[in-house]
Amino acid sequence: MTENNVLIRLSAAALAEKLAAGEVTSVEVTQAYLDRIAAVDGGPRGVHAFLHVNTEEALAVAAEVDAIRAAGGAAAEELHELAGVPIAVKDLIVTVGQPTTAGSKILEGWHSPYDATVVKRLRDAKMPILGKTNLDEFAMGSSTEHSAYGPTRNPWDLDRIPGGSGGGSAAAVAAFEAPLALGTDTGGSIRQPGAVTGTVGVKPTYGSVSRYGAIAMASSLDQIGPVSRTVLDSALLHQVIGGHDPHDSTSLPDPLEDLVAAARTGNVDGMKIGIIKELHGEGYQAGVENRFNESLELLKQAGAEIVEVSCPNFKYALGAYYLIMPSEASSNLAKFDGVRYGLRVLPKDAPLTIERVMGATRAAGFGDEVKRRIILGTYALSAGYYDAYYGSAQKVRTLIQRDFEAAFAQADVLISPTAPTTAFKLGEKLNDPLAMYLNDVATIPANMAGVPGLSLPGGLADEDGLPVGIQLLAPARQDARLYRVGAVLESLLEAQWGGPLLDRAPELAASIETQEAK
Amino acid sequence: MSTDATLSFEEAMEKYDPVLGFEVHVELNTKTKMFSSAPNVFGDEPNTNVNEVDLGMPGVLPVVNKTAIESSIKIGLALNCKIAETCRFARKNYFYPDTPKNFQTSQYDEPIAYDGYLDIELSDGTVFRVEIERAHMEEDAGKLTHMGGSAGRIQGADYSLVDYNRSGVPLVEIVTKPIQGAGSRAPELAKAYVAAVREIVKNLGVSDAKMERGNVRCDANVSLRPHGRERFGIRSETKNVNSLRAVEHAVRYEIQRHAAVLDSGEPVIQETRHWHEDTRSTTSGRAKSDADDYRYFPEPDLVPIVASREWVEELRATLPEPPAERRKRLQADWGYSDLEFRDVVNAGVMDEIEETIAAGATATVARKWWMGEIVGRAKNADVDPGQLGVKPETIVELNKMVEAGKINNKMAAEVLDGVLAGEGTPAEIVEKRGLAVVSDDGPLLEAIDAALAAQPGVADKIRGGKLQAIGAIVGAVMKATRGQADAGRVKELILERLGVEG
Repeated sequence: MTENNVLIRLSAAALAEKLAAGEVTSVEVTQAYLDRIAAVDGGPRGVHAFLHVNTEEALAVAAEVDAIRAAGGAAAEELHELAGVPIAVKDLIVTVGQPTTAGSKILEGWHSPYDATVVKRLRDAKMPILGKTNLDEFAMGSSTEHSAYGPTRNPWDLDRIPGGSGGGSAAAVAAFEAPLALGTDTGGSIRQPGAVTGTVGVKPTYGSVSRYGAIAMASSLDQIGPVSRTVLDSALLHQVIGGHDPHDSTSLPDPLEDLVAAARTGNVDGMKIGIIKELHGEGYQAGVENRFNESLELLKQAGAEIVEVSCPNFKYALGAYYLIMPSEASSNLAKFDGVRYGLRVLPKDAPLTIERVMGATRAAGFGDEVKRRIILGTYALSAGYYDAYYGSAQKVRTLIQRDFEAAFAQADVLISPTAPTTAFKLGEKLNDPLAMYLNDVATIPANMAGVPGLSLPGGLADEDGLPVGIQLLAPARQDARLYRVGAVLESLLEAQWGGPLLDRAPELAASIETQEAK
Repeated sequence: MSTDATLSFEEAMEKYDPVLGFEVHVELNTKTKMFSSAPNVFGDEPNTNVNEVDLGMPGVLPVVNKTAIESSIKIGLALNCKIAETCRFARKNYFYPDTPKNFQTSQYDEPIAYDGYLDIELSDGTVFRVEIERAHMEEDAGKLTHMGGSAGRIQGADYSLVDYNRSGVPLVEIVTKPIQGAGSRAPELAKAYVAAVREIVKNLGVSDAKMERGNVRCDANVSLRPHGRERFGIRSETKNVNSLRAVEHAVRYEIQRHAAVLDSGEPVIQETRHWHEDTRSTTSGRAKSDADDYRYFPEPDLVPIVASREWVEELRATLPEPPAERRKRLQADWGYSDLEFRDVVNAGVMDEIEETIAAGATATVARKWWMGEIVGRAKNADVDPGQLGVKPETIVELNKMVEAGKINNKMAAEVLDGVLAGEGTPAEIVEKRGLAVVSDDGPLLEAIDAALAAQPGVADKIRGGKLQAIGAIVGAVMKATRGQADAGRVKELILERLGVEG
């Protein structure tokens, strides 16, 4: 293993320590990741986690951090813990100086005139941004196959999906192309890719991370969160991006808890951990179920009390989600009309009216899944249908919130598999939207209730040797509990599997070459 | 432009009973916009008062302007409304290039203020209660200018220019309940209602309230029903009627037009109408049905607005004197008779008189100028008196010149015309036009002697004590001096010449 290969496999926390100790420079680290991206991301069978690589700016920020460190003094003292640690950003989050496409043709080549709040916070922390990661168009999908720029491949098996919509961020981290990434989670888009790529992903409490600058799919469900290889790394990143933002009215006023401390002092002794009856068993792959049961056993051994809770209304969550999400999306995506920015397509025939230009632009600029959801949402909000669809879905949402309240009265943290299956083959579910939607059955309830969720790797499924995700859920504003429990489970699982799960992933460069040779 | 048939107003009133309804949009004069930190300023270079939020850039989020909420609550309180303890914004979805997000953020089923009323005093002192359904908050759209094609309409235009400076300016929309029972006074009530709303928001200081700038915009709904029928007729909605006189005229015109349609046995079409000031008529706009589907749903990017009772009461305590009470006070202060004061109010110059008094004129002088000179000129120019642009200082200056005997009233009127024509300040115009009362008694005495000599009989009558005969001599002297003499001084000199005590 080359020196660089050792460097890129370090956790963000370990990199931060080495940087602080002067054992390595940020330019070296950043260049190592850029090299890795160049080695494994491109080509017909590359991972294709990135839509844009931000080489120059990333190296400039890295050099700035190195210069500050080298100069020493107060400025060096004041550097953020993660200063100089590179990061990848999902291409749904706007950035000055790099294109933002949302995975859509309609925004091809568009440059945002402003930075998302989370991006500002990354810049304040002086974290070099490696580039923008692939996603299902406007974050609509569970496989990243709906990207207008081609799918991302799962580093565990290049013929399989990396999950979605944040497949790019998860694959980048799993393929050691970045130590950290930002994702967005509307129905599971951080956690489900985390599960199928063997990485950690956190959907924070709704309102605890600013949404300003995340291109909205469903405003009441969207949340930005961290993607990483370890629980502690997610906590470190969460701490950077979280906290109140006056630009987001739904942003919570409370100061962020010390999530890093929670991850460092993990403890489950005496904690009650609730299995959600409705979120395992039937419909879940046997290998997923086995790994899930194993995690329960480990937690019990560590002193947790395992209880069973029932959330009877979760069975309506997927249906309600597919009314609320498309309703909000149909309105959020109305702004993409070719009038002010992005793609503009003129109709082939006269007359050249504004309606026809908008129509031609949207017809050419949006992919099928986006159109499907816009049509669904437009229908659900229509006069005469609103009460039956949007109205009923909101009532279901309230019932799901009550289920969570009741469950959290019995347990400190809830647990379930993150996704019902391991990574499926590229193309397998592309023409079966309902099968695709079912991937999110276990992750959607958290978005509907606004509670935080964390997915961490729970081992490999017996039948296919692919990663399985374990989901932890906590009450709103209790994100620290996820890190406290997640850190314990992570270390127990590592002991069980003899090291980080990603160590068992195939050697990617070799795998790309052999497969390309085939 | 096709012209619609109309019935005379009198005939329309004989046959039908009008029902009115108003939607008045008030632009708030907050420093920044409803949901963004961009400046809310009128008249700047296009697309300069915009940021990423106003342009609907990807990823942006709205933040509610707290001052706009306060202003809305104040308007609600001044309209005797209830203030909702919590209320929400909704999205009104429609595609149109003046709306950057392709939805307007507006209150829908949860207005901040509801169930109010406004007592409107008509010219003869009758008080008519207009009930307010709701006052809700929303954001203004950008401004489209359609180039090429006909009549500045989007249909047939070659291209359109968009100015998003107005996009996101806070608006309060005040909606009345159906106004019934106004009868033939409907047009007058319409004007008085909009005037009252304008007066209230101006008095509250929450809007610049300039109708010519679109700060206050009125959509007037009119329908007719045969006398005695309960059910309302089909209404038309005349959009953006933007002066008080136009409100009156538009309502009158629509009543006449509806009456002609109903008389012909045809149904009235539910539609929007455009008001044309030049022809004083409306033309058909867009067919509008109640089924227009805006797919409203609660705005998920904003949290509900909570108006605690304490906050509402704090705001209530800051409200200025209501206009009706203010009128009572001003009438008492100025010492006008009921009739004089009502004339002032109906002429729409109460604020102007108050400002003129504040600038140093007496109540009598201010009224004399506004009612005697300016109102008539406004009528001739077909504008509201305030729109003529006469400054209170101008009146004070003119009046000082008259009182000092530098010019007489006739000259002062001429100077006023000069001011209105933009020729300069009163002093400059007096100078330029060579207007000055002849104050050297020498030339006057010559003229007086000539006049007395020409009319010896009159001179005798004056000597004999018939002082009212003096007018003939004064007139002759004024004629001889081409009006440049001070008539008061002329009178004094005649009496002196004839040795008569005045």
